[in-house]
Amino acid sequence: MNRREFTKAMLACGAAIPFGITRAAGQTRGGTLNTIIQPEPPVLVTALNQQQPTLTLGGKIYEGLLKYGADLKPMPGMAQSWEVSPDGLTYTFKLFPGITFHDGKPMTSEDVVFSCMKLLVETHPRARQNFARVASAEAPDPLTVVFKLKQPFAPFIGCFDCTSAPIVPKHIYEGTDYRKNPDNDKAIGTGPFKLKEWVRGSHVHLVRHDGYYLKDEPYLDEIVYRVIPDAASRALALENGTVQLVQWSDVEFYDVQRFKAQKNLEFTTKGYEYFAPHQWLEMNNRIAPMNDKRFRQAVMHLIDREAFSKRVYFGNAKVATGPISSKTRFYDPNVKRYEFSVDKAKALLDDMGLKAGANGKRAEIKYIVPPYGESYQRAGEFFRQSFARVGIDLVLVGTDMAGWAEKVGNWDYEMTQNLLYQLGDPALGVARTYISSNIKKGILFSNTQGYSNPEVDRLFDEAAITLDEARRQELYSKVQQILVEDVPVAWTLEIEYPIIYDKAFKNIVTTGIGTHETFGSVYKS
Amino acid sequence: METARAFLRHPSGMIGLLLLLVVVVVAITAPIVFPVSPWEMVGAPFTPPGEDGLWLGGDTLGRDVAAGVAYGARVSLLIGIASALAAMAIGVVIGAISGYFGGKVDLVLMRMTELFQTIPAFVLAILLVATFNPSLLTIILTIGAVSWPPLARLTRAEFLRLRHREFVEAALCQGERTWRIVLGHILPNAISPILVVTSLTVATAILLESALSFMGLGDPNLMSWGFMIGAGRTVIRNAWWMSVFPGLAILVTVLAINLFGEGLSDVLNPRVSRRRS
Repeated sequence: MNRREFTKAMLACGAAIPFGITRAAGQTRGGTLNTIIQPEPPVLVTALNQQQPTLTLGGKIYEGLLKYGADLKPMPGMAQSWEVSPDGLTYTFKLFPGITFHDGKPMTSEDVVFSCMKLLVETHPRARQNFARVASAEAPDPLTVVFKLKQPFAPFIGCFDCTSAPIVPKHIYEGTDYRKNPDNDKAIGTGPFKLKEWVRGSHVHLVRHDGYYLKDEPYLDEIVYRVIPDAASRALALENGTVQLVQWSDVEFYDVQRFKAQKNLEFTTKGYEYFAPHQWLEMNNRIAPMNDKRFRQAVMHLIDREAFSKRVYFGNAKVATGPISSKTRFYDPNVKRYEFSVDKAKALLDDMGLKAGANGKRAEIKYIVPPYGESYQRAGEFFRQSFARVGIDLVLVGTDMAGWAEKVGNWDYEMTQNLLYQLGDPALGVARTYISSNIKKGILFSNTQGYSNPEVDRLFDEAAITLDEARRQELYSKVQQILVEDVPVAWTLEIEYPIIYDKAFKNIVTTGIGTHETFGSVYKS
Repeated sequence: METARAFLRHPSGMIGLLLLLVVVVVAITAPIVFPVSPWEMVGAPFTPPGEDGLWLGGDTLGRDVAAGVAYGARVSLLIGIASALAAMAIGVVIGAISGYFGGKVDLVLMRMTELFQTIPAFVLAILLVATFNPSLLTIILTIGAVSWPPLARLTRAEFLRLRHREFVEAALCQGERTWRIVLGHILPNAISPILVVTSLTVATAILLESALSFMGLGDPNLMSWGFMIGAGRTVIRNAWWMSVFPGLAILVTVLAINLFGEGLSDVLNPRVSRRRS
């Protein structure tokens, strides 16, 4: 069902039952949304930079062919309908008619082919991997795009949202040095909002794109992203109404509780389903004692993850049960559970022969504290106390960002903490951490802990090219059972970032990418 | 003996000494009064002072602030004294060589000292600690390395003053070795102002360590006052006690050392003590 059919269906419903506010009625034009961008992005072109602030802001300017709901199923974006051939090799997208870029030129299938196959494969690491699987991309007519894959790749349909494959104008970028193109400063996309002004260090001002192809959208006149580097000032800005929306880590976890109680504000943890930030205690599997499965299992028993969530993240997190987040597709809760038990941990350590030495210590392990803010520091302190209960000395080592990336990327560490996005499908965001083909020295967010299991490799590989959903579930369930038994990393929490906004604004969170969305349907009541 | 009695009659010096003794006693008895590690999460997060047996409240993880303050005294005193001694060692050696030999040696050493004096101490300390990874040893050495110039200057001045006094000339005539003259004759006569400045350096060293820890550049395995304030700063609107108590601890300790140092200075300075009696 596409957007138009959906609207028709809703109208049909409306004829039968009385309804209050729906998409068809009750929305008002006009209004300004003030929000925060933190830290200030280096550029607004999402095709060139995929850091969170760039994606949040650029999501209003650049669109993708599809959107993904909270269930991560595809929804129409710039493509009003799509078809996948039964062999899983051909993907045909039909675009909405009348889409225009902010400079007035029409957006056609040529732009899509250029963006995906020429520009993104050079500038967007994630898109490069996805579109490397494409044998040919064609634009038979201005509203039709056809991708032919080399071999089936089940999550391919999950690669077209505005963060994974933003569409840029071919007439501006073709034949130029993409990163140095002078028009990058104008940030010309097709989204419901266009760039009016960017005062560095102060704010980014977006205004309505009048030629937007969806009727009535956008409802808002303007969105102002304010740059507020200090955390306390950001919290204050939300409290006194200077800004009406905060997302991601704009306000610190310890402030969230306070805003939940503020009457004019709405709080939600929805809108992060696509990313499903998954956090773990990473252990270098190459080094003793972490090379012993029993040690890693003991670690799972040692960390009281309920308390960890409560004390360090103030409850803004859910205990992770394994490698796949409960928000990601193919999650299977039926895996071995490691309850908090110091005795079980001790038994496992004794069993592997890691007994207390003369000084009463079993081992001394260096733990690199990721330099990404206070909660990471507190987490390290929490882990150290957890390990102390069984006589393991966790020595915290501080470092800077470059140092952390260098050490972890080059496997020069014993333990650290890590957090990765799951990107909607295990083949996109989960497999990369565990398959042995992704043990790549020098590359961060790869299989840095060096876990290798041929059976796991086989299951992930087969699941990626299998189209049948039931079969994929079977394969991923199997792989989850094996991984939870082997514990390559000690999964701790699914972090639940908040979105907090003024209740006057509606439709803030409509899809699985939350505030990265276009905001075309956001309106002020 | 005379000096000790003079000090006992020095009111602010005695207040300083008493406060300092309190801090030292707290530091020594910390493991007896608080047998559990200050890192242990003993209560609920954000416990206000007085509840759940936590006199000074709990921090964001539920750790005992009182235990943190007590153990922090150990860290602060240790780092303060050790780095002041390090600064004294560097400063006295450079100042003594410079003042005794004079000439080109003096010129080179003093230009080097000036170089250190022109660089803001705290900025240099941040740079050094960040480069060598924060640990107890690197922090002590760093604070020592940025605090020695005043001591070198002072030692040099004292050596210049004493270098040509009769007893030194006499020792020279007797053919005593240079190191014996320096250590046996000049240094004992120059030591009182050096001790006074060193005692004041302890106070600045404690402040420097607290500032480094506040910025997250302390040894992450040591519970120090600066670290506690840094960790509590962000939640000061909800939980004042996490930063106020360690802050008071720093205030009291630094004040005590300063009062003590000034008292010492008054007593050891003959002119002042003569006026007193």
